[in-house]
Amino acid sequence: MTATDPSAPDPSAPGPRAPDPSAPSGQSTAAHIAHVLRENPVTLIAFAMFALLVLAALFGPALAPHDPLASDAARALQPPSWQNWFGTDNLGRDVFSRVLVATRLDLAISVAAVALSFAVGSVLGAAAGYWGGWLDAVLSRFLDTIMAFPLFVLAMGIVAALGNTIENIVYATAIINLPFYARLVRAEVNIRRDAGFAQAAKLAGNSDLRVLAFHIFPNALPPMMVQVSLNLGWAILNAAGLSFIGLGVRPPTAEWGIMVAEGANFIVSGEWWLAVFPGAALMLAVFTFNLLGDGLRDIVDPRKRT
Amino acid sequence: MAGRVRAVLGRLLQAVPVVIGVVVVSFLLTRALPGDPAVYFAGPAADAASIEEVRVALGLDRPLVVQFFLYVGDLVQGDLGRSISTGQPVAYDLANRLPASLELTLAALALSCSVAIPLGVLAATRPGSWIDHLCRVLVTAGVSMPTFFTGIVLIYVFYYLAGIAPAPLGRLDFLYLEPPHVTGFYLIDAALAGDWETWRGALAQLVLPATTLALFTMAPIARMTRAAMLSALSADFVRTARAAGLGPRKVLYGYALRNALLPVVTTLGMVFSFTLGANVLVEKVFAWPGIGSYAVEALIVSDYAAVQGFVLAMALLFVALNLAIDLAYTAIDPRIGFGAR
Repeated sequence: MTATDPSAPDPSAPGPRAPDPSAPSGQSTAAHIAHVLRENPVTLIAFAMFALLVLAALFGPALAPHDPLASDAARALQPPSWQNWFGTDNLGRDVFSRVLVATRLDLAISVAAVALSFAVGSVLGAAAGYWGGWLDAVLSRFLDTIMAFPLFVLAMGIVAALGNTIENIVYATAIINLPFYARLVRAEVNIRRDAGFAQAAKLAGNSDLRVLAFHIFPNALPPMMVQVSLNLGWAILNAAGLSFIGLGVRPPTAEWGIMVAEGANFIVSGEWWLAVFPGAALMLAVFTFNLLGDGLRDIVDPRKRT
Repeated sequence: MAGRVRAVLGRLLQAVPVVIGVVVVSFLLTRALPGDPAVYFAGPAADAASIEEVRVALGLDRPLVVQFFLYVGDLVQGDLGRSISTGQPVAYDLANRLPASLELTLAALALSCSVAIPLGVLAATRPGSWIDHLCRVLVTAGVSMPTFFTGIVLIYVFYYLAGIAPAPLGRLDFLYLEPPHVTGFYLIDAALAGDWETWRGALAQLVLPATTLALFTMAPIARMTRAAMLSALSADFVRTARAAGLGPRKVLYGYALRNALLPVVTTLGMVFSFTLGANVLVEKVFAWPGIGSYAVEALIVSDYAAVQGFVLAMALLFVALNLAIDLAYTAIDPRIGFGAR
């Protein structure tokens, strides 16, 4: 199998993961990724679907065949056809264009929320894991308190308290994701704070902050990437759930959750395309991120394969 | 035995700081209302004097710490404030609607456990078989399905297309009368009254929302059961039991499953958190008159006291459930101890 692949570093090696001290580490990582992708084509599909989502988010508004906000009362509630691939909604707006355009907003909300909890969680978790003591105790109690709430319910409460806007959806989603990152970083930093390489860096004259940021913290990045991918799907679900119950995104903005909510009123009379297409887009996005997370886990840590 | 009692007491004590934290966060959420709460509670027609009056009446003119203790004092008396949309005390509204939510949640959890645990066990005993693949597909699809979307698809298929499900409009069709109130659970109340027609009506309404929630919760339970069973089945004590000549059923259920249940029960705690959140969405889809749809209605009309009361009630419910789960450990696994080593 390795012999047929030109990208493999050493065709005579017994396995792609064989330790090869002479090969630069970057090359063996690439070989490992190639191996994982070949072993598990699902991961490859996940990467392809992810690329599709990013393209839709970047170029969606330019590609949409119709104006997502233009209503046409004469063509209301039309089933899917060649003219309107996903049909039209109760105001005659093109569902396909709306689903496509909504990709950017949905991805933006979840990426912003996850980036925020990644950044804040990294700083808090790294500080608590490295210095420990009261800092650690306070942070741990704080995170326990967040986790003591049913998370979606806490997000509802935060949005209700801060005000019903898209930014607050982002903040609420970031807060409920925070414990996962902070705990992960804390554990990863904590087990390495007295490791040989950290002590060596310290003896070489680096400050605590420098050792933490450039020597210890990078070790936490691989498991963090897996967490990010799994969390993105969850963050999209959360944001869509919040807008489904009428928080954050206001009509007539195109967003998957609110489109499903609007379409839900027509499902009992049989106009299924209003809710099903945005719902399917949402599902596809979450599914992609979950597959991607599993795939990344295989690449980052082969022992944790399920 | 004394050690067991001490372990249980210790676990109860551990819940105290969590409850305090939950109350503090709830308090901060109520005080973080957009704008000035006094202006909000005084209503749109208020002038400066009446706003000031409301501020004093609500204790908003005092320091935050004093406000906090006033808030806690109200909480201890079960006072969560008054809902402006229903005009009733929030605690009364929540208590009234809680049985509907609990009936739905418990039915869903019972359904999902009764499918997911056997599925996980079968998948673990026959790795690589079709049932293992079914388990994997279900697990991956289950975590990707937005609950509100699953519910809508189920309504479309079983109500609109197949016509076997009743209209998704609450707990009971208007053809039936509510059963006399005993527990608030329609299935139990109707059975107690011997009214089997109403019982069937209530069950018919319950099936779709409970299935929606169950599909969502099945994934983590099945995944964890499969993983825990796999590691239990490869453990030395199972090999010893097999070598000692015990029958496969005894080994599987008496030894492996009993040990695998511990992580499964842990997962249940996490699943509860998701279920309580998903409840809100499912209740909205099926017009289920539980506390989730109450909170959604309150959110739409900016009825903050009701929303915050709901958040606090859910958090306390969740803390209590986690406590119950941890205490259930001691029943499942006598080795467990909560004390520090």
